[in-house]
Amino acid sequence: MHISPVLWQFLVKWLTNSALFPREASTIAPYADALYFFLLLITVVGLVLVGALVFGFSIRYRKERNPVATQVEGSTLLEATWTIIPLALFLICFVWGALLYFRIYNPPTNAMNIYVVGKQWMWKAEHPGGQHEINNLHVPMGVPVQLTMISQDVFHSFSIPDFRVKREVIPGRYTTVWFEATTPGTYHIFCTQYCGTKHSGMIGEVTVLTPDEYKKWTEGSTSGMSLAQNGERLFASMGCNACHTGDAAARGPNLAGVYGSKLRLTNGSEVLVNEAYLRDAILNPSQHVTAGYAPIMPTYQGQISEEGLIDLVEYLKSLKTNYRVQQTLTTSESNQAAPMTPGVVKP
Amino acid sequence: MSTTSSTIVNLPDQRTATIPKKNYINAEDGLLSWLLTGDHKRIAMLYLISITFFFFIGGIFAGLIRLELLTPQPDLVASDTYNKLFSMHGIIMVFLFLVPSVPATVGNFLMPIMIGAKDLAFPKINLLSWYLYVVGGIMTLAALVLGGVDTGWTFTTPLSTHYVNTHVVTAGLAIFVAGFSSIFTGLNFIVTIHRMRAPGMTWFRMPLFVWSNYAASIMMVLGTPVLAITLVLVVLERTIHIGVFDPSLGGDPLLFQHLFWFYSHPAVYIMILPGMGVISEIISTFSRKRVFGYTAVAFSSVAIAVFGFFVWEHHMFIMGVSNYSALVFSLLTMLVAVPSAIKVFNWSFTLQKGSITFETPMLYAFAFIGLFTIGGLTGVFLAALGMDIHLTETYFIVAHFHYVMVGGMLMAFLGGVHFWWPKMTGRMYPESISKLSAVTSFIGFNLTFMPQFILGYLGMPRRYHAYPAEYQVLNVLSTAGATVLGIGFLMPLIYLTWSLKYGAIAGNNPWQATGLEWQIQSPPLTENFIETPVIDYEAYDYEWLAKKTEQEVTTVG
Repeated sequence: MHISPVLWQFLVKWLTNSALFPREASTIAPYADALYFFLLLITVVGLVLVGALVFGFSIRYRKERNPVATQVEGSTLLEATWTIIPLALFLICFVWGALLYFRIYNPPTNAMNIYVVGKQWMWKAEHPGGQHEINNLHVPMGVPVQLTMISQDVFHSFSIPDFRVKREVIPGRYTTVWFEATTPGTYHIFCTQYCGTKHSGMIGEVTVLTPDEYKKWTEGSTSGMSLAQNGERLFASMGCNACHTGDAAARGPNLAGVYGSKLRLTNGSEVLVNEAYLRDAILNPSQHVTAGYAPIMPTYQGQISEEGLIDLVEYLKSLKTNYRVQQTLTTSESNQAAPMTPGVVKP
Repeated sequence: MSTTSSTIVNLPDQRTATIPKKNYINAEDGLLSWLLTGDHKRIAMLYLISITFFFFIGGIFAGLIRLELLTPQPDLVASDTYNKLFSMHGIIMVFLFLVPSVPATVGNFLMPIMIGAKDLAFPKINLLSWYLYVVGGIMTLAALVLGGVDTGWTFTTPLSTHYVNTHVVTAGLAIFVAGFSSIFTGLNFIVTIHRMRAPGMTWFRMPLFVWSNYAASIMMVLGTPVLAITLVLVVLERTIHIGVFDPSLGGDPLLFQHLFWFYSHPAVYIMILPGMGVISEIISTFSRKRVFGYTAVAFSSVAIAVFGFFVWEHHMFIMGVSNYSALVFSLLTMLVAVPSAIKVFNWSFTLQKGSITFETPMLYAFAFIGLFTIGGLTGVFLAALGMDIHLTETYFIVAHFHYVMVGGMLMAFLGGVHFWWPKMTGRMYPESISKLSAVTSFIGFNLTFMPQFILGYLGMPRRYHAYPAEYQVLNVLSTAGATVLGIGFLMPLIYLTWSLKYGAIAGNNPWQATGLEWQIQSPPLTENFIETPVIDYEAYDYEWLAKKTEQEVTTVG
């Protein structure tokens, strides 16, 4: 047989340029693929079985070979068989799938955290060290990375197919996903939830670097201000420090060390202070009044961007003492007392 | 001619059949006699014409989508146009084609006849339901002509309430109105099945088609109001900013997802259950054998209807719902897959020891079984929590639901239309060209959607106007398949229309089927039966049919 060289070249080009299976570039990917192949196997076996029954019976019992049909009521034994066996298989899939789900959505405690803000139509990544990226994400290889994500407008969804991870990015609440990249390289980031006109343009690249390169990258692309430092500035400029001074007599509760603690609210419930709680308490303070305090904090809804909220949350997470809060407060009060002297804010 | 040596018997009037002088088609003349009719058969024909119209509108959009995706670059239409194309494709196909497809056409036509009734319980409500459908359809077309809508068929908030600038209100209200059309059909079916069965037509003598339509009707009546409420809330939030869904107004962004899928997942079963009923009828008829395990098949429809209401959250596994509720919903989703598996095996074993012939409806039924098996089993991928994370919102899910909805439901619809065409029109469709069309659709379908499974696992997101170049090969295959599929769907439109005038005359019972509808003339009289039938046999009783035929032969002879 002779294949025309043009056709041959075309075929070769096809096969080399086209993808048929995604790369496995995270620690999760092999686990996901194992389940995938198991499910594929079930599908193929099921399909072959049904196909064999349909074709087998069609040939064996076609009118020409079997002119008289034999009426059969049914068979409890057979029916029980094809109820129980699929049920058992589906239950295996359920357990396997659940284990994988918990593996993908429960981050290890030592994961480094990166914030991602989704907005029409771009991804903005904010590293704790103050590196900001748009439609790009640099991560080190071999280190668990957790993404804390939020949308500024509509539903988006953050997907890295080669890592087999994906999570909806929702307006008004943080969602998280984590991964540990295993192979250096660049991989697609897609927005997979339809989000308007340029939905298909809301794509980016995640670049996996070796730890050394990553260190070089972080040093080379920092903005000079960490997220917590930005947050500290915001904390002062929004006037938060006026009430949250840390004094026993202050109008607002002491925020130093509040992150990670259990807090009792005026409505009697006890909450764990995490990123989501801090964000909600800033935007919707009347719903989150710490026991013993008056509901006097105004809402900051619409006054702080999601990036600003992330800065504040990072700041509060890092806040261990109130020393600097009080310093800043004293400075700004003395500034107000003598407003004519600019540029005296101490670093 | 001996009738005992073969299950396939020939009624004496088969060769010499003529179109009966009096039937529901020529009972009255003039357009008004159709537009003001209370006859369920005429309303079914009105529905058939209107849903066919919308099917081809939706099909044109599908064609344009595939044409755009031929190349990775966004070069055929603008992004907004593309978004409108897939939104309108989804809205039209789901709400104006799939939901009413079988129940409102063949169901409307045959369900009363199958249980020995003269009409549905509320003929005027039946007509009203068609008018509501038409109003909903016209409003959808209005939204389309005025500039379209680009929210996707899911109307996801807050995109639909605050961020898009298209005709969301018009389209939302169109679906609201069309929803009542399906509520009325469901209500009518439930009452008719409960109250109007002929003497002797017990629940377990009913054809499985009636059972599956009954199950679907219950879902329509219970589920559709939730969709109606949800759409009204979307419209209110969009117009007067009531703040139910938008977090910046104090709403809950996930609430919309819960409410929408509370209807829209059961809606999938509303769409597929009547199709499963069609398949039961076809398989039994062409293997001349009662359906294997009648009771199991009947109850599996009811089980699907019940469980179908408790799985909606599987659309939201990645949306930050509680891990434990995700577990519950994944488990329930696995359970709802079992009745479908039971049905597939029961159909397969109906063939065993039968006397099988392979007319066009049977080919469609085979296509249904194969494609539905793939569609169903790929659903298990998506029900498995961890796998869903990677697969959801990609082309895998697009392929999965097209396998169920097009490969399953549309094949069942076409099978049903071919199967009952002789009864509805009194004329046969041309057999060999229709077999060709069934095979063409099957091949075209697999070529279109099989590559999309691979694309999905690669990670290509759905609703993408442009995509990375390495996905092109599979997209080219898919578009090529869509072309073949389009031809496969156009052929029936042409030859069925042709057969209205030139088709061979069918006679009462061209398939030698046992259903009550086949024991009356084709096309039927307006009142269906001259005298109320008394039922003394179970559904699919081919021995009863053989005896009856023998008697007729002796009487005539």
